[in-house]
Amino acid sequence: MKPLHKIAGALLLLATTSPAVAQLNIFACEPEWAALAMELGGNKVAVYTATSAQQDPHHIQARPSLIAKVRRADLVVCSGSELEIGWLPMLLRQASNPAVLPGKPGHFEASSFVERLEIPEELDRAMGDIHASGNPHVHLDPHRVARIAERLAERLANIDPDNREHYRQQHHSFAQRWQQAISRWEKVAAPLKGMRIVVHHKDWVYLFNWLEMIEAGALEPKPGLPTSVGHIAELRRRLKNEPARMILHTAYQSDRAAQRLSQMSGLPVVELPYTVGGSDQATDLFGLFDDTLQRLLDAAQ
Amino acid sequence: MLKRESLSIALSLILASGSAHAASSFNPDVSLILDGRYSSYGNDSDYELPGFMLGGEAGRGEEGFHLGHSELVLSANIDDMFYGKMTAALHDHEGATEVELEEAYIETLGLGGGAAIKAGRFFSGIGYLNDQHPHSWDFADAPLIYRGLFGDQLRDDGVQLSWVAPTDLYLKLGGEITRGAHFPAGGAANDGSGASAIFAKLGGDVGASHAWQLGLSHWQAEIEGRTSGAHDHGGGTTEIPTYSGDSTVNGIDFIWKWAPNGNASERNLKLQAEYFVRDEDGTVELAGSTPLGSSSYDGQQSGWYAQTVYQFMPRWRVGLRYDQLESDNSGSDDMVLAEAGLDDEGHRPTRTTLMVDYSRSEYSRIRLQYAMDDSYEESDNIITVQYVMSLGAHGAHQF
Repeated sequence: MKPLHKIAGALLLLATTSPAVAQLNIFACEPEWAALAMELGGNKVAVYTATSAQQDPHHIQARPSLIAKVRRADLVVCSGSELEIGWLPMLLRQASNPAVLPGKPGHFEASSFVERLEIPEELDRAMGDIHASGNPHVHLDPHRVARIAERLAERLANIDPDNREHYRQQHHSFAQRWQQAISRWEKVAAPLKGMRIVVHHKDWVYLFNWLEMIEAGALEPKPGLPTSVGHIAELRRRLKNEPARMILHTAYQSDRAAQRLSQMSGLPVVELPYTVGGSDQATDLFGLFDDTLQRLLDAAQ
Repeated sequence: MLKRESLSIALSLILASGSAHAASSFNPDVSLILDGRYSSYGNDSDYELPGFMLGGEAGRGEEGFHLGHSELVLSANIDDMFYGKMTAALHDHEGATEVELEEAYIETLGLGGGAAIKAGRFFSGIGYLNDQHPHSWDFADAPLIYRGLFGDQLRDDGVQLSWVAPTDLYLKLGGEITRGAHFPAGGAANDGSGASAIFAKLGGDVGASHAWQLGLSHWQAEIEGRTSGAHDHGGGTTEIPTYSGDSTVNGIDFIWKWAPNGNASERNLKLQAEYFVRDEDGTVELAGSTPLGSSSYDGQQSGWYAQTVYQFMPRWRVGLRYDQLESDNSGSDDMVLAEAGLDDEGHRPTRTTLMVDYSRSEYSRIRLQYAMDDSYEESDNIITVQYVMSLGAHGAHQF
């Protein structure tokens, strides 16, 4: 009897610790949501990130590898608000996985749980790549991230009720650390208030809204359209009347246009991580904001 | 009559969805593809592709200013279980505007287990280019092997069952049973289920910068009276080459894409190659001839193309394509086969095509293309200027 007990005990141990059996498969469209899912899911989730900080989340191809991942996902976590409109609908149709279709518990669109900015009054493609339901880059406001974290934790518990208590604890711990971090960030970021900044693309609306910074112009003449020599000259003229402090771009955007304007205007060019993995320091959501603020403060000195 | 009705329904649907927030309404996504061209040819003789019976949309295209297909696409989720899509193409044919129902299908959304069923009229899942719309092709025209075997694209009415495996390596298997009435089938044999196909696709990533896909396809049909381009011999007789018999097509396709760190917005490269071989065994008749010309027919036709497209800076791409075909056809009456276009005339069709295109945004593209066309005996230099633009719903493009 004794050896049998041992085997049964070993099997039981194997069953409870084997990650392949217990883990929830999460497909995150962007690194920021992958990082949040890992904070909230801990060891109960296996997270796959569809894009990296070096990739433009507007322009991803519905690659075979992504279809295979969506096929096996229990939960898809994306920005929504049409950020992924060029590729996610294709992935969902190709993957034939009913659990993660829009409207199902396995489909989580982060931006739908928070108030969006820049909702256009009028939709016209002549205005560039604008999104009907507002600017989708919501993750750069930590208050909005806190709201989304709450909803994502609820969703995890809903899909995986056996681990409800685990997700509640994970969220509790995250929310506490996040609130402390927000107080810290808001203190150090005080000098940035009212600062005028030139951006590459309208990626930073929520960051500026949070820190009360001002967008002084964009290198893209219209959202999503590459910059032109004429537009940069025009931007330069505008900056003479209304000066700015720096030019921002992300890791996935070429810095050529930013450098050209910098040569003409003398403004420093700052590359911000934009998302988790966008710099060596931005290894998680905390690092993302720490590094973003540090780089802004360094450039403002 | 039916065609005109579908057009007016489509137009009224567009008007109904005129409100700004289409995404939040229940109206279907509507998009319109506009395609206009100017083509210049070095010679103006009748086009033929030696060794191949041409049909469907195949041909070298019109000269001078002309329109390509203007396509109207309507699609939406029907409910939580079904998705539906219709594509109507408007084009000129001998002075009249024709409406052609290119696609009209429903597809399941949530069968579960990775399975999906598509039913209606659709582009077959065989090959790589076949189920992509011409406006998303990288060149202004179809590869020669698609022109020769499928009349540019293979589509039919029927059902398709597909399954995506629950593996990290992408594996998709699919099967189709279709009516067999569209070129290169014909006659809707076997009580209206005359054609069938199976295909497999395999794909994945290599590191962050590379992605690939390999496809294998098989198509077969019982054909009762596939007709090819009619020709006149004067004196009021028109002969229509007609084939009846068996047909099988096997194909392999391979795609490799590169973008630095997977970020395709600045620079990216695409390599693409496909090979198809077709075997047929049956009878060729020259319908309308007196006495009726008839021959047994045993044919093998094959061909491949390889192409590469490089985006060297945002908005600008260049491309190079090479096509080559081969045929080995025999039968009891060589004269009849020759009249049907099945004599290769000792010529191996080839073509080399260069293109450069500019995309103002992802919705607009202007292309300049030059082809050295040796697909028939009189070699031709073809210059094409083309615009392809889409307005309306944001189309998601497949790999």
